[in-house]
Amino acid sequence: MKRLALATLFAVLAAPVLAADPVEFKIAIQDHKFEPAELKVPAGQKIKLVIENRDDSAEEFESHELNREKIVGPKATITVLIGPLEPGRYPFFGEFHIDTAQGVVVAE
Amino acid sequence: MLAAALLVFREVLEAALVVTIVLAATRGLAGRGRWVGSGVAAGLLGALVVALFAERIANAMEGVGQEIFNAGVLLAAVLMLAWHAIWMSHHGRELAAQMKAVGGGVSSGSKPPSALLAVVALAVLREGSEVVLFLFGLGAGGSSVASMAIGSAVGLLAGIAVGLGLYYGLLRVPMRHFFTVTNWMILLLAAGMAAQAAGYLVQADVLPALGQKVWDTSHIVSTQSLFGETLKTLVGYDDRPAGIQVLFYLVTAVSILVGMKIWGAPRPAPRAAA
Repeated sequence: MKRLALATLFAVLAAPVLAADPVEFKIAIQDHKFEPAELKVPAGQKIKLVIENRDDSAEEFESHELNREKIVGPKATITVLIGPLEPGRYPFFGEFHIDTAQGVVVAE
Repeated sequence: MLAAALLVFREVLEAALVVTIVLAATRGLAGRGRWVGSGVAAGLLGALVVALFAERIANAMEGVGQEIFNAGVLLAAVLMLAWHAIWMSHHGRELAAQMKAVGGGVSSGSKPPSALLAVVALAVLREGSEVVLFLFGLGAGGSSVASMAIGSAVGLLAGIAVGLGLYYGLLRVPMRHFFTVTNWMILLLAAGMAAQAAGYLVQADVLPALGQKVWDTSHIVSTQSLFGETLKTLVGYDDRPAGIQVLFYLVTAVSILVGMKIWGAPRPAPRAAA
């Protein structure tokens, strides 16, 4: 019984490590806006966001809900790993242009 | 303009709070104004360099260079703060006694420790590089550069003003408790920075999150609010921490406490010969 519990615990802890490669999604930043502004992703899976900044100025991709913040330089591309997420809405924004740069990841 | 003011204010505030705590913690030490000033200057220079090489840093280490760099800067500051807190728990008592004897205003002979100089420089470098990148963008954006520049200046001054407010507030703490208070602030500052560093390492996929969200108190105090952000810098408050961040926080706080107890215990005062 104890061994089974240990094995289960190990399986739970190791699961994210052994999980398949994260699914990739692309987001572009253009004219200080995210495209798409709403991104649907599968819940319960690791997600790799590839964020391409097409503007001439830097942006900071930030999300309190996803606990992520990363600067993306002008004409640069970054990757941000998120998840596995529970189903729900996870807003994100561009800290340098918060008026227009707003988006949301929807996990379902 | 308001957006620019707020952004610069937020970044400056975080650095200003760190500088304030260091200024308070070095109270009474000779030449500390110049000392802290050099730290700020070194940090600003570093911020410029980091901003210039942001692209290269970001692309290093398979795209997680930015996270590793941030975590490294934070952890270096944590080490310096820990070292200082432990050193100070031993020397603070004599320093306070000395300052009481000379009326507090006069500098004692001891020099401010260079560990804190590094902390100031690292804090300014980290927050400053974001401001620099943001300001670079203003030039490129072309839209209402003047109003954004004014906004940034307002943000800068407001951030410094809050730092000054905290500083003069701290000065009202009675002398015999003063260094105990600043030492606790340094301990909490270090623990909070360690938690933040852990957050970056999770983001870089170097460390497991150990639970992505241990609690969610964003509806009570959100770290998006200025109050929440101040708490985040001062005591390491996080409204949605990952498990490993809580772990880093606790391990850092307990290690510093143990260090203070072991190496910082007051030596028995030598008895005056009759």
